[in-house]
Amino acid sequence: MGPNRTYLLIAPAMLVIGIFMVLPLFLAVAYSFMTANPYGGVTAPATFDAYLQFLYQRDFDDGLVFSPSYALIILRSIYLAIATTAICLVLGLPVAWYIVCQTPERRRILLFAVTLPFWINTLIRTYCWILILRDEGLANGALRHAGIISDPLPLLYNDGSILLGLVYTFLPFMVLPIYSTLERIDPRLIEAAHDLYASRAAVFRRIVWPLARPGALAGATLVFAPALGSFLAPDLLGGGKKLLIGSLIQMQFTSSRNWPFGAALSTVVTVVVLTVFVIRSRKAQEERR
Amino acid sequence: MIDIQSVSKSFVTRDADPVHALNEVSLEIYDNEFFTLLGPSGCGKTTLLRLIAGFEAPSSGVIRIAGSNVAALPPQKRPVNTVFQSYALFPHMSVAENIAFGLEMQNAPKSLIDERVREALEMVRLEGFATRRPAQLSGGQQQRVAVARALAPKPSVLLLDEPLSALDLKLRKGMQSELKRLQRETGITFVLVTHDQEEALAMSDRIAVMRSGDVLQVGTPRDIYDNPQDRFVADFIGESNLLPGAALGRDPAKTIVVRPEHIVVSPASDGARGHARGAVSAITFLGSDTLYEVVLEEGARLHSRSRGGAALATGDMVVVDWARDVERELAN
Repeated sequence: MGPNRTYLLIAPAMLVIGIFMVLPLFLAVAYSFMTANPYGGVTAPATFDAYLQFLYQRDFDDGLVFSPSYALIILRSIYLAIATTAICLVLGLPVAWYIVCQTPERRRILLFAVTLPFWINTLIRTYCWILILRDEGLANGALRHAGIISDPLPLLYNDGSILLGLVYTFLPFMVLPIYSTLERIDPRLIEAAHDLYASRAAVFRRIVWPLARPGALAGATLVFAPALGSFLAPDLLGGGKKLLIGSLIQMQFTSSRNWPFGAALSTVVTVVVLTVFVIRSRKAQEERR
Repeated sequence: MIDIQSVSKSFVTRDADPVHALNEVSLEIYDNEFFTLLGPSGCGKTTLLRLIAGFEAPSSGVIRIAGSNVAALPPQKRPVNTVFQSYALFPHMSVAENIAFGLEMQNAPKSLIDERVREALEMVRLEGFATRRPAQLSGGQQQRVAVARALAPKPSVLLLDEPLSALDLKLRKGMQSELKRLQRETGITFVLVTHDQEEALAMSDRIAVMRSGDVLQVGTPRDIYDNPQDRFVADFIGESNLLPGAALGRDPAKTIVVRPEHIVVSPASDGARGHARGAVSAITFLGSDTLYEVVLEEGARLHSRSRGGAALATGDMVVVDWARDVERELAN
């Protein structure tokens, strides 16, 4: 087969990747260097204004005034995404291990249970947390009923409830890849380690964890990337009091009509996620060596 | 060294049927001996090994290692190391790290670990391979790493679960003598599980022949070969002719066991007198030996193996004979 035919065959795939992945990314970057059109969209001339907005605000005289509020939103978003990833890892690893240790039949049921939330719309599931967490909600009701509290606890509309929503939404993305790596570990390796005087803790530290690490890394990227851009949980469970980057981007394209700034924010998110990806694959390569 | 008293093990399958893997097995394995558990698959030999290692608990009975009851001890507390059939080398560690693992878990000082790792590599002749990963080794090399890893902590007993079954014939022969040498040099008690009777005969000081969860006979290889006390043992160890007593004009309630190499086949026309008459039904040339299949007049079939070989052809009428003291008479 000549090289021309080869190109022809991969053309459909390239077209799909080009139209649905590369082009939008390119557009986002391009838009971020344009001027905002007050009626939505972008106009000429090209400018760095969108990026300046991260750290400066224009005052009435068109001078630049230092204002870190957007930068803080970005940092807080990164912090919450990292926290979400860490909590998902701490919860997901034992869950995956527990599932692996079951009989094949129970494994299938438990795996189905892990993916069960995907069958219900994320928006509805996130709303349900409001019903659970609000002052007259299930959680406070139960605690009051049990006589532990008399006044409702402020469970909703804070960082904690945002984190809860994020962890809840993305936990399956951590459990599944870890499960698939754990499942491939030969049980004889664990027996061999015990046979060579390793305690249960040592077996985990020296055998299970190193072999599960690729799955944990895959899970971490699958959780971190969408958690960073998520706006459902922060909006609904955070009450929109403190913005996160996902909500901020969404606002720029809707009510604020500042497309270049929205595009600049998206670009920043993409750069952060890509950086994490690159570091990750570098590390994976080093380990393989 | 290892004292096994009336040990039973049953598993419950998913259909809730209990499977009796071991029935009241009693065995004594001595210090510094190469002991083999021999039997076909499903005879309970691997189960018994796993009970000694501590991966499973007996349903009843007592196992003592070096005098102390090990019932309550998990594998990591037993002075026993295992060489697994699949080797079970840690894929993320180098050869040296694999070998050092057991010693590290025992909190041995670094200098001792380094010394033992070097010793172990030397012992299995893999000096240049310390930094390799298991995936970069051949099957035979992996096997030797598995042995080195299990020997490095100097256990009282080394358990070997069909360690040679994944190797090709030539390597297997080499490893047989290698393992034998290691056992002599280290003075550690080896307990080998195998289904290969030749391997068992070649390597063992003593053999326990097992079938369906029972130990049928325990003895030295020669003892078991020459004096099988059971039809199954006679048939399983080496090649045997199991002849019904009636075919030789004897007690029909007995089976006569004779090894092929002990049977002399001569043409009936010579006028020789033997135990029975028959016709040659097949001749197989084996190189140094020739194998004759003879159908006796009474219907039984037997094999004779002789060096060189008489000038016989298929269909010839023959007389089969053997010295009375090489045969064994067993109850049916």
